[in-house]
Amino acid sequence: MEKTVNIYLFGKQYSVPEDLTIMRAMEYAGYQLVRGCGCRNGFCGACATIYRIKGESELKSCLACQTKVEEGMYIATLPFFPLVKQVYDIEKISPTQQIMMQLYPEIYACVGCNACTKSCTQGLNVMQYIAYAQRGEFDKCAEESFDCVMCGVCSSRCPAGISHPQVAMLARRLNGKYLAPKSRHLEDRVKEIKDGTFTQLIEELMGKPIDEIKELYNNRDIEK
Amino acid sequence: MYSENFRESLKAVEAAREANIAYEPARMTAQEKEDLLSEFHPDYKKSEFSTLKIGPNKGESVPHELCEVLEAHSRISPDDVDLSDIKYDVDVLIIGGGGAGASAAIEADKAGAKVMIVTKLRIGDANTMMAEGGIQAADKPNDSPAIHFVDAFGGGHYAAKRELLAKLVCDAPEAIQWLNDLGVEFDKAPDGTMITTHGGGTSRKRMHAAKDYSGAEIMRTLRDEVLNRGIPVVDFTSAIELILDESGKAAGAVLMNMETHELMVARAKTVIIATGGAGRMHYQGFPTSNHYGATADGLVLGYRVGAKLLYADTLQYHPTGAAFPQQIFGALVTEKVRSLGAKLVNRDGKVFMHPLETRDVAAASIIRECTARGEGVDTGLGQAVWLDTPMIEAIGGEGTIEARIPAMMRMFADFGIDIRREPILVYPTLHYQNGGLDINVDGMTPNVKNLFVAGEAVGGIHGRNRLMGNSLLDIIVFGRNAGINAAALSKETTVGKLTLEHVDAYEEEIKRAGLNPTTVSPKLLPDYTRRKQESKL
Repeated sequence: MEKTVNIYLFGKQYSVPEDLTIMRAMEYAGYQLVRGCGCRNGFCGACATIYRIKGESELKSCLACQTKVEEGMYIATLPFFPLVKQVYDIEKISPTQQIMMQLYPEIYACVGCNACTKSCTQGLNVMQYIAYAQRGEFDKCAEESFDCVMCGVCSSRCPAGISHPQVAMLARRLNGKYLAPKSRHLEDRVKEIKDGTFTQLIEELMGKPIDEIKELYNNRDIEK
Repeated sequence: MYSENFRESLKAVEAAREANIAYEPARMTAQEKEDLLSEFHPDYKKSEFSTLKIGPNKGESVPHELCEVLEAHSRISPDDVDLSDIKYDVDVLIIGGGGAGASAAIEADKAGAKVMIVTKLRIGDANTMMAEGGIQAADKPNDSPAIHFVDAFGGGHYAAKRELLAKLVCDAPEAIQWLNDLGVEFDKAPDGTMITTHGGGTSRKRMHAAKDYSGAEIMRTLRDEVLNRGIPVVDFTSAIELILDESGKAAGAVLMNMETHELMVARAKTVIIATGGAGRMHYQGFPTSNHYGATADGLVLGYRVGAKLLYADTLQYHPTGAAFPQQIFGALVTEKVRSLGAKLVNRDGKVFMHPLETRDVAAASIIRECTARGEGVDTGLGQAVWLDTPMIEAIGGEGTIEARIPAMMRMFADFGIDIRREPILVYPTLHYQNGGLDINVDGMTPNVKNLFVAGEAVGGIHGRNRLMGNSLLDIIVFGRNAGINAAALSKETTVGKLTLEHVDAYEEEIKRAGLNPTTVSPKLLPDYTRRKQESKL
């Protein structure tokens, strides 16, 4: 007999095997998930979940697909959270402090409570990356926020109404497009292809008998 | 931390580590690979396939589970749907909100078409989001699109449609540039040089990455751009049948709200199927690295209107799925772990293969180690081999794992395993649908006009096996391509009277073939619930 634990899905008690994730436990209990389930591997942020262990005061948050059930877990999923996503034209904005003031002015109302960081399901230093965004240090904001899955739990806990994941998204795009160094070899290669440098080589391959391509493939020189 | 059961084997792995790091295992010869695949690769297991009795690929063999959905009843009878009650009327209808769908939408919007994305979950709930390792492009001076072509063509067993593969490799550098210009971050040296690595079967280091969140970084940026452009995204809504017009060209889809089950009609001048893969079909009982909605829906939609499948009998089993602990069973362990130097090691601490063979060969080799050779580790959930991750820190220096594969570190740390200090247990997991709907180089199916396909739902770009990093590439190259061409075609298209006659005709064919299906399709979502009895109401 496998060991079970008692969990409470939206307040209702179920006994489930102790080694299941919260997501699997919901399915074990009979839920056919439509919302609150995406990649099931910790990358998409669809399964943001908040819980409290019976008898404890601390409210915890996690991704349901990456967290094991525990005895006495009171679970509520957060399949959607109304984040604010401002629209902008990436070609027309520039990576200055101004853009944050314009699009996400509420970040300057941060009270420093650190609830965002404490609630991050990825263990990121959310308040720190917001501080970088406030100062227009988009490269640092991008790096600090890189592992964000945009689940929205941080924003659900924020007294200032900040949509942290969207702020970070903007910072990463600004960094990726404008601040990170340009790749010369990439620009050169795109131009060479447009100029037809490789056209003949490719056309030869298109017409080559399979046996000749096999020869080429089996005797490739492989970069160390 | 591993329990006592693993101690002995772990000790052997640790004891051999230093020697294993220095050891350079030979690559297999063409003949060795062929023999290995025919004996151990799941694609070669004839008992796992059925012959299609109806449809454009009648007589060809496909996995049992795919055969079942291709020969299933429609979810609707044409009488259920009022085709004159049009809820959405657009130029380009895109079915699927992953990387291919989003790329197509951006390009079609740019071309001035009225575009809509419909997706059964949310935009970004897709395999793109979960691609970890990277994206290939021949943009270094020692590389060329021709070398990329040979690597991919050989790796795919010389079966790729050459004109599709040529487009893939020639458009690759521009695809990277397009992404970078949208603000996608790539790992770069301070002078801007892309940091590139090998993938299995590559002869040049052309794998571009954004740590091990490559797909997530691409997907979230594309999603942001779709939203910035104001492209409508109808989420939690699936397409359950395509609609044709009286001339037989694709002209929309019957949509179903996933929560309320309401049916709606979308009319369109062109349709793009970008529904992704099929890991959640669990072919041959394999676990999968795929997202929740990967159920081959697009193949069913296309097949019912007469679009042909190509190579639907070939699947990719990623060699390194997590085999332990149970909570992440089947989850992807990126190939980049091996690109960075970790080797595959058996129960006794022996390196049994070159870590960067192509995926089909690596998967078959692991299966052989765990079956015929009996050199696997018993995990309690099945057999597995070690992937010796601490080698990465020994080779690249302390901190390499955190800097280059943070997602892997986090996934295992969540369940108490520190991959910097302990190796991990892996076994092949169902990862990618090599086959799919046949397309021309413009992205359109040859036999159904105005029906385009992009992304994992396409067959033929990669042949019978895909190299790491060519899928993120393919969704961008062929997603954009489909968007551009579908938008252009929509401008010269007039939609005639809408019809669902093909649904009746397909049902007739099922009857004539004497089939008696007990299921409906597309499948839309897997059922993992455990309910002993339930009400039918």
